[in-house]
Amino acid sequence: MTTTVTPAPGALARFFDGDVWHSFKSSPMAITAAVIAAVCVFCAVFANWVAPHNPFDLASVNLSDARLPPAWVEGGSRSYLLGTDDQGRDILSAIMYGARISLFVGAASVLVSMVVGVALGLLSGFAGGKVDAVIMRICDVMLSFPSLLVALLIDGVGRAIFPNAHDTLAFGVLIVAISLTGWVQYARTVRGSTLVERNREYVQAARVIGVKPARIMFSHVLPNVMGPVLVLATIHVAAAILTEATLSFLGVGVPPTSPSLGTLIRIGNDFLFSGEWWITIFPGAMLILIALSVNLLGDWLRDALNPRLR
Amino acid sequence: MLAFILRRLAQAFVVMLSVAFIAFMLFQYVGDPVASMLGQDATTEQREALRSELGLDKPFPVQFARFVGNAVQGDFGLSLRQGRKVSALIAERLPATLELSMAAAVIALLVGIPLGVFAALKRGSFASQVAMTVSLLGVSLPTFLIGILLILLFSVTLKWLPSFGRGDTVALGAWTTGVLTLDGWKHLILPAITLSVFQLALILRLVRAEMLEVLRTDYIKFARARGLPNRSVYFGHALKNTLVPVITITGLQLGALIAFAIITETVFQWPGMGLLFIQAVQFADVPVMAAYLCLVALIFVIVNLVVDLLYFAVDPRLRIEKPAGGH
Repeated sequence: MTTTVTPAPGALARFFDGDVWHSFKSSPMAITAAVIAAVCVFCAVFANWVAPHNPFDLASVNLSDARLPPAWVEGGSRSYLLGTDDQGRDILSAIMYGARISLFVGAASVLVSMVVGVALGLLSGFAGGKVDAVIMRICDVMLSFPSLLVALLIDGVGRAIFPNAHDTLAFGVLIVAISLTGWVQYARTVRGSTLVERNREYVQAARVIGVKPARIMFSHVLPNVMGPVLVLATIHVAAAILTEATLSFLGVGVPPTSPSLGTLIRIGNDFLFSGEWWITIFPGAMLILIALSVNLLGDWLRDALNPRLR
Repeated sequence: MLAFILRRLAQAFVVMLSVAFIAFMLFQYVGDPVASMLGQDATTEQREALRSELGLDKPFPVQFARFVGNAVQGDFGLSLRQGRKVSALIAERLPATLELSMAAAVIALLVGIPLGVFAALKRGSFASQVAMTVSLLGVSLPTFLIGILLILLFSVTLKWLPSFGRGDTVALGAWTTGVLTLDGWKHLILPAITLSVFQLALILRLVRAEMLEVLRTDYIKFARARGLPNRSVYFGHALKNTLVPVITITGLQLGALIAFAIITETVFQWPGMGLLFIQAVQFADVPVMAAYLCLVALIFVIVNLVVDLLYFAVDPRLRIEKPAGGH
């Protein structure tokens, strides 16, 4: 059986004609959230071209411009719209570059935990028996601790194992730490749906004609359990970004040479008392904007994909 | 019921043992303690002597048993960074964290439950919609941002409340407390609010959802039909039946409070265990990390056990030995 389904020609047209797109068009909340999220992602991904300054280019940073307030406050300069930090770096540009790092870590962690969680969930639901019991017990133990604590612990262990971790490794440890706390949700969701799907007629039919279990799992059951996974992944992106920001704020996240939003807030926190509120408030606002818009999108997607609400 | 408790105890034991194992494994990864204790120019004989004195030449299971034995007695060795006994460090910091978490839990419960009941009873009113919107923000804002915003408003702009440390403390034996001085209370307010916001919002939303669910049931209609006053219907009949899930979540959140205290303590430089732990993570101070991990796991396990036992107190249906049919 090498013939594959070819959805290519009509797939896009079908999507725009479908229920999900229709529900999107009729929800002003979803459209607003999507536009905000899209602008944030665009600014973050194309920070090199969009940002007015390059905060990491030492040649263009001018110390005499340090601690300038936002443009609309007295003493502000129009070339630094949201002000500058203690080293004269443009806050707006730093936010764009920081958001890129936050989004990268968030997306990578979601991807890793999704792959791990979906695979283990499928295995658990499909194999049953001892495999299922072991995986589910691990899930129970993981769930009885707050994810932040687990992430902190894994990060701490990572630091203990690689005391002189340089940049790439530090990112790796961070992504692993956030992923290892996130996969449980996917595993439990997928396991639940798999338990239902594996007794369906199409699975039995596939068994009867002698399709191998692995193939049934991945090409027959998997597409049918992906709906809830997508919803989970959307909301998880926001959660992962917040976890990353928290870890970076605590000083155990991304390396200081590539500051994320959390690092920027941490740095700005030191200047709160000398009156330079903009150094910490604007990165914070950006963080909230991203998290809220992604969460709202997730809520909408959950309702749109729920057949009972149609 | 006894069988249930025994099973729970066995589970708790397994969890504690696996946490202890993780803590033990931590030690295997941080360099060689012998090298760091003796320095560069020790002879091989000296190393071997210390090695056997510390029991490092024994097989793996023996070392683990020794570790657990010490841990049960509260002995986790010396902090690598401060050179003091880890148990003393933790004992010093524990009161600060417990006072902060308790204050936050009290705020969350005392404000969250009444607001949740209110939002359910006055559904659709302006005030309850405001409460719901604010609670949505409370769930999605990261804790450290809430803390920073509170500091900006109340400490920097209004200069009403301090934002740093615990203030004046009084020592009651080994327990230093901040609740006996006015200064201590002032220092407690902002961190406690920061820590409680998330739990408060969570409890509010949970109580509201449960109340709405319960108010639809037949026995509430029946209670009304009997002509009972609203107050007794709402608080005597309805609220009581929403308590089971509320207790579960609150119990689990008590543990989460101690974990989230790490963030709050960092923002407010509150000298508690969380601050100690985060410094330990930054400097890879393994004995402190291991001790904190075991202690927090112990608190979690105890809280979970207590929550399970509370079920029996709250829900009479569970006291029947064999549940009657699937429900």
